[in-house]
Amino acid sequence: MELMQTLGPCVGLICEVDFLKQSFYGGVHPRGYKELSNREAVRPLPEAPAEVVIPVSMHVGAPCAPIVAKGDTVTVGQKIAEITGLGSPIHASVSGTVKAVEPRPYVGGGMVNAIVIENDCQNTFGSDLTPHPDPTGLGTEELIEIIKQAGITGMGGAGFPTHVKISSGIGKVDTMILNGAECEPYITADHRLMLEQGENIVAGARILMQALGLSKGYIGVEANKMDAVEHMQKVVGETADITVMPLRTRYPQGAEKQLIQSITGREIPPGGLPAHVGCAVFNVGTAAAVYRAVVEGKPLTERILTVTGGAIAKPQNFLVPLGTSFQFLIDAAGGFQAEVSRVLTGGPMMGIAQYDLNVSIIKGTNAVLCMTAAEAAPHDPEQSCLRCGRCVNVCPMHLTPVYLHLYAEKGMWADAEALRLMDCIECGSCSYICPARIPLVQSFRTAKGQLRAIAAKQKAKEAAKA
Amino acid sequence: MSEATHHLIAASSPHVGSSIGTRNLMRDVIIALIPALCIGVYFFGPRALIATIISVAASVFFEWAYRKLMKKSNTVGDLSAVITGILLAFVCPVTLPYWILIIGDFFAIIVVKQLFGGLGKNFINPALGARAFLMLCYPSQMTTWASPGPSNWAPLGMSVSQDYIDAFTGATPLSSTFMHKPTFALPDGTGLWDMFVGNIGGCIGEVSALLLIVGAIYLLCRGVIRIRIPAAFILTVAVLSFIFPLGGNGHVEWMLYQVLGGGLMIGAFFMATDYTTSPVTKKGEWIYGIGCGLLTVFIRYFGAYPEGVSYAILLMNVCVWLIDKYGQPRRFGVSAEMRKAEKAAKGGAGK
Repeated sequence: MELMQTLGPCVGLICEVDFLKQSFYGGVHPRGYKELSNREAVRPLPEAPAEVVIPVSMHVGAPCAPIVAKGDTVTVGQKIAEITGLGSPIHASVSGTVKAVEPRPYVGGGMVNAIVIENDCQNTFGSDLTPHPDPTGLGTEELIEIIKQAGITGMGGAGFPTHVKISSGIGKVDTMILNGAECEPYITADHRLMLEQGENIVAGARILMQALGLSKGYIGVEANKMDAVEHMQKVVGETADITVMPLRTRYPQGAEKQLIQSITGREIPPGGLPAHVGCAVFNVGTAAAVYRAVVEGKPLTERILTVTGGAIAKPQNFLVPLGTSFQFLIDAAGGFQAEVSRVLTGGPMMGIAQYDLNVSIIKGTNAVLCMTAAEAAPHDPEQSCLRCGRCVNVCPMHLTPVYLHLYAEKGMWADAEALRLMDCIECGSCSYICPARIPLVQSFRTAKGQLRAIAAKQKAKEAAKA
Repeated sequence: MSEATHHLIAASSPHVGSSIGTRNLMRDVIIALIPALCIGVYFFGPRALIATIISVAASVFFEWAYRKLMKKSNTVGDLSAVITGILLAFVCPVTLPYWILIIGDFFAIIVVKQLFGGLGKNFINPALGARAFLMLCYPSQMTTWASPGPSNWAPLGMSVSQDYIDAFTGATPLSSTFMHKPTFALPDGTGLWDMFVGNIGGCIGEVSALLLIVGAIYLLCRGVIRIRIPAAFILTVAVLSFIFPLGGNGHVEWMLYQVLGGGLMIGAFFMATDYTTSPVTKKGEWIYGIGCGLLTVFIRYFGAYPEGVSYAILLMNVCVWLIDKYGQPRRFGVSAEMRKAEKAAKGGAGK
């Protein structure tokens, strides 16, 4: 371990060799901790949760409108909230009775309107979707409609409605990429999914390609999961339509922009979307969900996630109904074995810290990570910047965080913007590497918020003038 | 189990950090300087070690005292003052009286570093700034060289003797070469091997190219310094002196004397790479290194003074922010062709 830590920067910095020719600039290599849970097969919860709390906002876009009321009985897969704008419908994840529709604590912070369902533990299934055992005959419109009605959103964390991604990409996209990089430390949900449901992923990928009218797709997997790479290659078989690509193990390999760059060599222009460079990126979990929706007729009501971290007694991967509370999952994984310091949704690089364990998991929750104080960020106080330039060397977006921070600290928002602050993807590489422990990303978030507020004000002013 | 019993920290991501802090980086630099110190002591005697220890102690004391007096946080723990102390001793001759060295440390820590805000805020390298200051104030003491050899070990505890000063003034390979105008004869008896291992007159820590390179390789392997600045610096000096040998010297021989002589190795690997006073951008690092190399050769060739490294670095130090401004990395998603096209479109619209 010590030797690896010494040799890593040696090879990387002296020669600046990119091990794979097409890769992204910079990045960091935090300790993986994948071994905590990567051998644990996905299993259902030992007992079903007595109630689930399903927020009506599980995606990018407008919150859904509940279409059930207190006292209604619902079945698994029944639609309980409908789209109001950009969004994706929401389905009941357990069967039972609606107990309440009220604001509840939300993983993204604050309170969000949620539908509380008391579980009757009968698991009665009832959905409007019809299974299509052979999806090859389905047209683009039909596929998009099924994916929309199944409530599928990006399962990697961001939660963009999948049907919108497909319909806006038709005609512009020439390459589909499945993201199996899972570059965040600790998380093994996608790894296990690839090993155990590789067939579903590949079938889902082919459905997505069919909907987009494409003949070429890639599945990108970090090279620390060679078993998954080999398994996926075996599942894909001899056909040339899908290429499984092992990628260099380097955070943030799974960030959309960096993944596209690594696989195709294309760079998304500032402010652009993957479609601008002809790519559509889906998480491997999304592809599996698409398969279940189209072939099996099952809407998105459950997902695989990793409950892990040094504070967890038995780290493992669960198949969980949406709306299950963090506390329930932690208890299902044996509870805490050590004093917990931070509970995160997602990985340690970009995950959101929770202060209330009553929050429930949503479509994009890939991990419940419970870290001890020793595992979490070093608690040394912030020191003054050395100008060592390590942040510049690791920034995958070609930024100069050292200067951005100077401007952000002094409230010089326009200067920070001129240095392309808005290009920052908040991956956290600069904060991670900073020897002076400066919370760079935090100050960039503040500055970006300020810039957005200024832009909104300007817009309002112009609108008032017109 | 109730969640009320847990003290959950709701901090901003990322929630993990690299184990390498400022202190670790500084400690690596200190480790990397030890080989050069050993050879300095071997050639120049125990006085080299004593001078280095005094310089370190003075630097650390001034750092601590200033922060204490100004009621600021104690920053001695980051070890940067230790490095300044070592480097200043390394770029002074072994015969320099200790009190002058202590004045140098005062200037480096208080004037160059702390008055501008401490670590990370100074705009020139503290050790080099102090050296330039001492060169102005004590020019004869700063250019009095002891010859390397076992004789330095004989007078243990002896203070600077007048003999040294009489015997060895102006006896570094570079200074003797540049004294012999217009032939620029390379010094007799000082072979390239002596230059490489450090068996030559000069400052305590700058003589041994070999052991400085050993330390530099350690720093490169640990990822503490990046290769761009020293590579650009040394290559620029090498190429220029290869093309333009002075006097009747052979191209290769002259080049090797220029590269191995003076403070080039310590300057390129340990001074020009000083984080605070060097650029952070890739392009900036190349520009800065080449600039240091050019100025070094210009000062050596056309200046009144045979040694150009320290002034070259100081001059480039003050250009760092400008260099970084023009060294900004290429914007992600914008290729060179796209920028050209954009410029052309703008130019067209302007006409």
